Amino acid sequence: MKAPLLQLRGLSTHYVSARGTRVVRAVDDVTLTLGAGETLGVVGESGSGKTTLALTILRLLPMAARIVSGQILFEGEDLLTKSDVEMRRIRGKRIAMILQDPMASLNPLFTVGDQVAEPIRVHEGTKRAGAWDRARELLRAVKIPAAETRLRDYPHQLSGGMRQRIVGAIAISCGPRLLIADEPTTSLDVTIQAQYLKLLRELQRAHGLALIFITHNLGIVAKMCDQVAVMYAGRMVESGPVHQIFDAPAHPYTRALLESIPRMGDTDQRLTAIEGQPPDLVAMPGGCAFHPRCPKMMDRCRSEEPPRFDVAAGQSARCWLTAPAGR
Amino acid sequence: MNGSRASALTLAWRLASFGPRGYPVVPIAIIVITTLLAVFADFIAPHNPEIGVLGERFKPPAWQAGGTETYLLGTDHLGRDVLSRLIFGARVSMIVGFFAVIVAGVIGTALGIVSGYFGGWVDQVIMRITDTWLAFPALIFAIFLAAIVGPSLTNLVVILGAVFWTRYARVIRGEVLSLKERDFVRLAIVANCSNWTIMRRHILPNVINSAVVLASLQLGIVIIAEATLSFLGVGVPPPMPAWGLMLADGKKGMMAGYWWLTVLPGTCIMLMVLAANLLGDWLRVKLDPQLRQL
Amino acid sequence: MKRYLVKRIGYSLISLFLLSVIIFFFVRVTGDPAVLLVEPGASQADLDAVRQQLGLDKSMGVQYVTFVTDLLRGDFGNSFYYRMPVLELYLSRLPNSLLLAACAMLFSLFIGIPSGILAAVRLGGWWDRVGKIFALLGQSLPSFWVGLMLILFFSVHLGWLPSSGSGTVWHVLMPAFALGWLFAAAHMRLTRSSMLEVLGSEYVKLARLKGLPEAMVIAKHAFKNALIPVLTLAGINLVIMVNTTVVVETVFAWPGVGRLLYEGISFRDFPVVQVTVVLCGAMIVTVNLIVDVLYAVIDPRIRYE
Repeated sequence: MKAPLLQLRGLSTHYVSARGTRVVRAVDDVTLTLGAGETLGVVGESGSGKTTLALTILRLLPMAARIVSGQILFEGEDLLTKSDVEMRRIRGKRIAMILQDPMASLNPLFTVGDQVAEPIRVHEGTKRAGAWDRARELLRAVKIPAAETRLRDYPHQLSGGMRQRIVGAIAISCGPRLLIADEPTTSLDVTIQAQYLKLLRELQRAHGLALIFITHNLGIVAKMCDQVAVMYAGRMVESGPVHQIFDAPAHPYTRALLESIPRMGDTDQRLTAIEGQPPDLVAMPGGCAFHPRCPKMMDRCRSEEPPRFDVAAGQSARCWLTAPAGR
Repeated sequence: MNGSRASALTLAWRLASFGPRGYPVVPIAIIVITTLLAVFADFIAPHNPEIGVLGERFKPPAWQAGGTETYLLGTDHLGRDVLSRLIFGARVSMIVGFFAVIVAGVIGTALGIVSGYFGGWVDQVIMRITDTWLAFPALIFAIFLAAIVGPSLTNLVVILGAVFWTRYARVIRGEVLSLKERDFVRLAIVANCSNWTIMRRHILPNVINSAVVLASLQLGIVIIAEATLSFLGVGVPPPMPAWGLMLADGKKGMMAGYWWLTVLPGTCIMLMVLAANLLGDWLRVKLDPQLRQL
Repeated sequence: MKRYLVKRIGYSLISLFLLSVIIFFFVRVTGDPAVLLVEPGASQADLDAVRQQLGLDKSMGVQYVTFVTDLLRGDFGNSFYYRMPVLELYLSRLPNSLLLAACAMLFSLFIGIPSGILAAVRLGGWWDRVGKIFALLGQSLPSFWVGLMLILFFSVHLGWLPSSGSGTVWHVLMPAFALGWLFAAAHMRLTRSSMLEVLGSEYVKLARLKGLPEAMVIAKHAFKNALIPVLTLAGINLVIMVNTTVVVETVFAWPGVGRLLYEGISFRDFPVVQVTVVLCGAMIVTVNLIVDVLYAVIDPRIRYE
């Protein structure tokens, strides 16, 4: 069997307050596996730890955050043991990331061409002219018309959809094996969203990219992803193949998420929402983080945090309901 | 320029709020004491600030060799008691500072409201004038005006008011522009209230906060401006005591080592301005966090 | 870009026009400007002559036109005290003031910007805290007092530096410091907060995600963006600096236009006062125009406004 491209084992990232008094477990004991060319969707509400997870993999966390345990195995190497210089060579070159807001991601003072060519010049040492040519090809690859003129434009002169494509071009410029996209379509118009997703899929197939797609939109997950991981309060409560989880979700939270999507032909008048609010990460409830909102809560859930249980082939969940008999 | 004040603001606020329940005890104390000195100067000051005894010139402060207790903080080149002059100088600074800020505030707020409310060419004209006025260095302008009308307290208040109103106009206008979009103003317009009523009853109360905060921030600047003008000889007319004037006189004696003639008035100015600035910053945070933009 | 330039130049011209109107108005507002423009102690005949010359009997409009044409011709009148055309007098002193202002501005930028960057990059450190105190003091101490204290300490007490005049590097040190230090504090604070804002921005994040070396992230991506607000401030500060030059030059007897203004006041030499004010205003309008153009060069978003 081929070795997986990325393996996270028991990864935990905590934010520690200035005086060390408050600890926020932004990412709590996350384990997952991703093979080459696969697409993983990471789903969750705001504050569930999705973005922190992405930044942890790239080790670009703010000063207050600390990776307290676990391993990040990328192509067999543990990224947590790498030095700063080594990480910098990996970022942009072997692992790339797309951020949510394309206008904010591009530096307003530099041309598009400059910003696309930049990683090529830094990572591969290409001279300016050569990098500029590569940039042009990349713009064409992300379907930007009139690439030559666009190279000389500034970000504020382009539309949102085009900017996000350019961010995509920057991401694939040095041929990474893994692309992490953090809600890339959230700030785009709905009509543009579909086009962009199509583009991402094509790029993925053309370059054999593995993709981690962070989103709160289950519809996108259904369309784009092979695997899905559901996050809640920093913990990964369920993960597995998309169609399996959508058909038979094991964790009550996943089930609630799926149920809350309104469907065509629904005759109900009211939207189904999940009762309650996500927990305050500073003052977490004991036991399972979801228990205050869980319709199937048991006594056990209040006091004991459930570990990962295997539910079916490739699917696992952190829920006492899924515990095999005897646990 | 908004972010720039944020960091010193926190420090300033911490210093200012150093008091029970976070009230700026120190700045208020300084201002209150200065006001008391100013009001009761006639009773507190030990000597006449304008007439000196020539035989007692250049006496150092009491704690230095050669000083006496009669003249606690020494005397100046005309034998006048420094302490008394400082106390009466407080009166001048407070009067000029206070009234100039009020004059500037009234003019500026009025113009700001008119400009923001009516918009159109009225707005354009007023804004062009404001920009030109603003672009002009306040001090030079003040000197220019002082040279024309001659020195006197009233003139000084009017001049400083005329020079500093522009800052109000700009800010208030901005606020009025956004206030205009608010529902209660729109309702008043629909209800056919007269322009004057709307401006007076709906707009004015809402911009008063900003005006007050601006005023407190301006107080420090105005005090320094008055001191500078007096220093240059176009402010308060001698022999009236003013801190700036004392500095000008004191400068002449500096080379000979009469340090108290410059250090003392300068310290007074500094404390006064510091208090005004700290108070202004505190007010700004207290009255409306949105005003951090100022 | 051209449209922007044309618009800005248009605004400048309007400002200059308004400036001339304002000055004209204020001189005339006292009722009899002849009194101002004539030597103290002049005879009635002199007064009448000046009134005739100024055309005070003619309408305001005509007077204004005369005023402006005189200005444009370079005829600002003569100084009573120095007995020479004021324009000449002004221009002879101008280089000194420019030198002082340049030194002070350079000083404030060279101290202010790097320490602001340092404070931002090493947030909360020692440098950061010192800077905050420095900034607070900078606002509350009038620069002429700072000048006086400097003289007291370095000239009277220590005898190291000359207390007045110009000519050598030693002469420039204290005035430049007194003039510039308040701005150094302001520039430092602004650079610091601007830098902090930029360092937290998404494009800096992306730059790091691209794997760029940290030095490049700061120098290329962060620096230029952080500098924009500082430039605005420097432009505004130039105006304030002109204010302060007057006092600093007076304190240090520096032979510049600020001191010229002071002399004009002391000697009741109104033509001198008038020319200083007019040219000062004109200079500021020009400098603002230059700053705006510089802006457009640095930030492409402005060009397309």
